[in-house]
Amino acid sequence: MEVDQVVPLPRLPRVAVCGGTHGNELSGVYLVRELLKLQREVMKKEQEEDSKPALVLLVLSNPRAMQQCRRYVDTDLNRCFTHATLNGPLSDMAPYEIIRSRELNALLGPKGSPEAVDLVCDLHNTTANMGLCFIGYSDCDWICLHIFRHLQMPDTPMRFLHFDVSNKESYSLDSLGKHGFAMEIGPQPHGVVRSNIYTAMKVGVQHMLDWIRLFNSGNVFEGGFVDVFTMVKHIDYPRDSETRNITAAIHPCLQDRDFCLLHPEDPLFQTFSGETVRYKGTEPLYPFFINECAYYEKGIALSLARKRCITIPAIRVQTEQEQQANEQGFASEEEE
Amino acid sequence: MSSYNNTARFSEARRVAIFGGTHGNEMSGVTLVNLWTKNGTEIQRKGVEAVPFITNPKAVEKCTRYVDTDLNRAFTPENLSAPGGNDLPYEVLRAQEINRIFGPKGSPEAYDVIFDLHNTTSNMGCTLILESSKDHFNLQMMNYIKKAMAPASCLVLMNEHPLLKYSTSRSVAKHPVGLEVGPQPQGVLRSNIFEAMRVILKHALDFIELFNEGVEFPPCTVEVFRVLEWIDYPRDANGNIIAMVHPNLQDCDWEPLNPGDPMFHTFDGKTIHYQGSGTVYPTFINEAAYYEKQQAFITTRRETLVASAIIKA
Repeated sequence: MEVDQVVPLPRLPRVAVCGGTHGNELSGVYLVRELLKLQREVMKKEQEEDSKPALVLLVLSNPRAMQQCRRYVDTDLNRCFTHATLNGPLSDMAPYEIIRSRELNALLGPKGSPEAVDLVCDLHNTTANMGLCFIGYSDCDWICLHIFRHLQMPDTPMRFLHFDVSNKESYSLDSLGKHGFAMEIGPQPHGVVRSNIYTAMKVGVQHMLDWIRLFNSGNVFEGGFVDVFTMVKHIDYPRDSETRNITAAIHPCLQDRDFCLLHPEDPLFQTFSGETVRYKGTEPLYPFFINECAYYEKGIALSLARKRCITIPAIRVQTEQEQQANEQGFASEEEE
Repeated sequence: MSSYNNTARFSEARRVAIFGGTHGNEMSGVTLVNLWTKNGTEIQRKGVEAVPFITNPKAVEKCTRYVDTDLNRAFTPENLSAPGGNDLPYEVLRAQEINRIFGPKGSPEAYDVIFDLHNTTSNMGCTLILESSKDHFNLQMMNYIKKAMAPASCLVLMNEHPLLKYSTSRSVAKHPVGLEVGPQPQGVLRSNIFEAMRVILKHALDFIELFNEGVEFPPCTVEVFRVLEWIDYPRDANGNIIAMVHPNLQDCDWEPLNPGDPMFHTFDGKTIHYQGSGTVYPTFINEAAYYEKQQAFITTRRETLVASAIIKA
């Protein structure tokens, strides 16, 4: 792939911004509520400045969990979006979040179909010291990578996290759209909104919407390089063999050191009797989601990633002729 | 207690309880109590029966603050004497049970000391919570702990406010002591916070052991922060929060807040300033559990209390 070659990509007419997928991750809850209040002004601005405004859908994903200020009511909503779960049989006693995932799929999807929204940005907070992270399933979705590059925030460290999961197995809300990513910002305790974290999220969403407007208007975005962190594995806490209670905490030398390279033999945990448990891997890796509250029950104390430098091409929106040719191409492929 | 030559005499503090999990998602206390239930060597002291106890096991199991109602507000006289058996909220039943085991509250049979272990999302550091300015035993203990921890900070919050005082789990004992250590998110165990709480308890138990051996503690002064009032978030007509703790105030627990200082930051970017008549010392700033209690932070004023000398009776 030549870096100077500009890749034309389809327009993004419909974008969704989702908050409250986990009901106690409050930056997204308050931001989407605030954006809903301002929605008329946002859409009016789009129409005044641009002849081709994007439609911005604002969604509060899990209202019942939000009302109780809990992550979820019956089951984690952000694991309910696999094709299997969305299309499987639905009993009367189905968990609330399974029912809700079908509603969201009808609103933003159906997943995998031409009617799906073009981009889903799902807002999250973490108790881990991760700064601002984009989390996506692809390391070659140029739209998401370009949006990431466009976000410039001097006081907020930013990283692109890649979970190498196939479309068939993708499970999170952002997988409903043709493009999608989670915007994860920390550290913030669950059930709390911190002004600096809220502001970073607000600026992030604004810059994303600015980018989409520019893209849809025909702007060319130059290619370049992006560091991508690809998840390799999770590490659980040491646990008591009978009770499964944890027997150690994240080591003070590791706590809050997300994305600081972890070397073999570096401290991982400190047991309650004061011993140090060390990293026994052979490859230095980048830790993240260090001490995320919600992951205790998922058996994850921290996750580890490999860093690579990705080359992204220049991109622009397809012209109408290119778009029609594309669609005809698909049609003739189907005929064949 | 009787005074003789201005030295206050207290009976031996033999029966001591350590409560964890009063709020089921405050992990330092849950972890310490579970640890000490399995192996209590660390909390053993000569002449002291130290009992570790999980006060709200159902909340701990669900890793939630409470199941039906806040246990740490449940020890009211009405609740403790309420009939009704299993129809009562879970935490009211628990309060009655705890009162039976460690009380009855206000009676001679009540436990001598209860330490109640808590965490907060606020940047309060190590804080001891005192319920009465006249409890010279507790004042002396807190003085001892502060001196033992120095130069590390351990501050004393005193809630004696007639309206704002609440009926805590620890209030069952003759000498109730609250331990509040933060910042720590709910449901998370941070190593440094855990170890800090452990150290506070070590010093507290050392004090009790010395006292029971007959050591006389001379008169001392103790700086405390006295609770003045709770300040709520600005809300709209529907009761929804419309502003956040201002970045200048966030994490500034115990630092002076002057009239005119920034206090809240609205979602659309405006600053709301503190309108009080004088300087106050805010704390419990942005505690997660207090959003539903309409409390963004509390204001305090600094006071120096005098504790008389104490000795075992």
